[in-house]
Amino acid sequence: MTEQSWGDRIFTAINYTLLTLLVIATLYPLLYVLFASFSESAQLLGHKGFLWKPLGFSLEAYKSVLNNPGIGIGFRNTLFILVFGVAVNLLMTSMGAYVLSRKNVMWNKVFMFLIVFTMFFSGGLIPLYLVVKGVGLLNSLWSTIIPFSISTFNLIIMRTSFMGIPDSLEESAKIDGANHFTILFRIIIPLSMPVIAVMILYYAVDKWNGWFYASVFIKDRNLFPVQLVLREILISNSTDSMSSGASAGDRFQIGETIKYATIMVATVPILCVYPFLQRFFVKGVMVGSLKG
Amino acid sequence: MGNRQTLRRRLVRDFLLNKYLYLMMVPVIAYYLVFFYGPMYGALIAFKDYSPMKGILGSDWVGLKHFQDFFGSFYFLRVLKNTILISLYTLLFEFPAPILLALLINEVRRKKFKRVVQTITYMPYFISLVVICGIITDFTNADGLINRMFMFLGYDGQAMLQKPELFRPIYVLSEIWQRIGWESIIYIAALMSIDLEQYEAARIDGASRLKQMIYITLPGLLPTIMIMFILRMGNLLNVGFEKIILLYNPVTYETADVISSFVYRKGLLEFGWSYSSAVGLFNSVINLVLLITANTLSRRATQNSLW
Repeated sequence: MTEQSWGDRIFTAINYTLLTLLVIATLYPLLYVLFASFSESAQLLGHKGFLWKPLGFSLEAYKSVLNNPGIGIGFRNTLFILVFGVAVNLLMTSMGAYVLSRKNVMWNKVFMFLIVFTMFFSGGLIPLYLVVKGVGLLNSLWSTIIPFSISTFNLIIMRTSFMGIPDSLEESAKIDGANHFTILFRIIIPLSMPVIAVMILYYAVDKWNGWFYASVFIKDRNLFPVQLVLREILISNSTDSMSSGASAGDRFQIGETIKYATIMVATVPILCVYPFLQRFFVKGVMVGSLKG
Repeated sequence: MGNRQTLRRRLVRDFLLNKYLYLMMVPVIAYYLVFFYGPMYGALIAFKDYSPMKGILGSDWVGLKHFQDFFGSFYFLRVLKNTILISLYTLLFEFPAPILLALLINEVRRKKFKRVVQTITYMPYFISLVVICGIITDFTNADGLINRMFMFLGYDGQAMLQKPELFRPIYVLSEIWQRIGWESIIYIAALMSIDLEQYEAARIDGASRLKQMIYITLPGLLPTIMIMFILRMGNLLNVGFEKIILLYNPVTYETADVISSFVYRKGLLEFGWSYSSAVGLFNSVINLVLLITANTLSRRATQNSLW
């Protein structure tokens, strides 16, 4: 790389400029939200133009957000969905992937076809709603867990990974008298920790971010996951309940900053773990794309 | 006779040998039957006048009435046009964006800069859709960030999400913003498998970096691009309706309402279950046809296909 032609140098310069612009365009909106959330609401409301730092400094908005009972309940419900949901996901997906990764099982081709077919054709939203209603899951946190026990895409990733484990391990376990449950839980899963980690992350992010099916299946406000609470605050603009106690004018002002503080409260947890997750996700994408 | 005998014997043998496997498969099969094939069966209500009292089987058959109602309605052309346009715009602008980003990142020689670009560009992917839409709503407000930028340049501020003509650009641009980094990962991974000797040879022939990118890197990416393209085609009519539902409002239905958001509104908010199922079924069938078409075309043209 020592000698470069002028053309190549220009190319490199343009390349770096474009990428830098992209980084700024990605980052600035988030920084804006951060700055706005710490700003004095009155100053923010009167402000025109860009924000390069918080205008004044106030934690009022964060206090209102964290004191909102809806947020607390939302986080609790989401935690429930996350813990039990991911557990169900892992159990179901690994069992399915294990069986489908075995050779010499007569029906596996049929099973596989029936499962993959569901990726490309579905009955639709309303029939799904009727099924969920029919099995009595409506208005329960389980309605966001059970109907989504397996993501077919993840099942395929996991199956591919299980197929890569040498048969000889299984053979010797069988000779030692192990049945399939023992083989799966004592041999295959411990050997597949990287892929399991990726699965946990995929499923967990899904559960953390999910709102649509909860909004369709759950009507009871005490069962709302955090994203539904956020939707009310951010999209429907109902910050009034959160700034109760303030006068009407103040309420309007605080309402603005509350939105930003809400975004921060909802996003910071995932952004904190994200640098650690990133590697796993990249690995997951590669597993899914190159071998799948 | 003998043939049937062996088949039975094989079945029995297979079952005895793998009975724990079948036991494990029971919940998995049950899950797929109930939550995937159940709704497919339930989609029958598209051909009936479904009444919750009578159930799926008991409701009266009405044939293609709901389909005819939909095709004949004012909504049909509107939602079809919106769905196709939003998909096409996404395909045209959002689909190539990560490919371009991967190509650019691939040309960066400084490891640290590369990592910073990647880390930051795929950050938005992790932010939930609700929050993203909250940010979009806020920034496009009459006095939101984006409008302030325009005002800075001398334009008037306006509530952009109330303007039907701005809905699609906002939708597509925010898609790019959120997904470009994430989707580029797959292409960057594919780039690693390109033979370095090709570059070596090109350099000796005096090819510039730009030429190397166009004649070596891009063709090397083609198989991956085709696969991603086919998958995208199979989902063409499933445009991100969750995002649309979060962003649209009655004023922008004109340009924003797509088939799936229409199904959602008619079915779940207005309880037109049968009608809405008919629309949904129409959507699913078209998707399947598109997927098969794209796959066949791709297999013929480039030998890349899903099956």
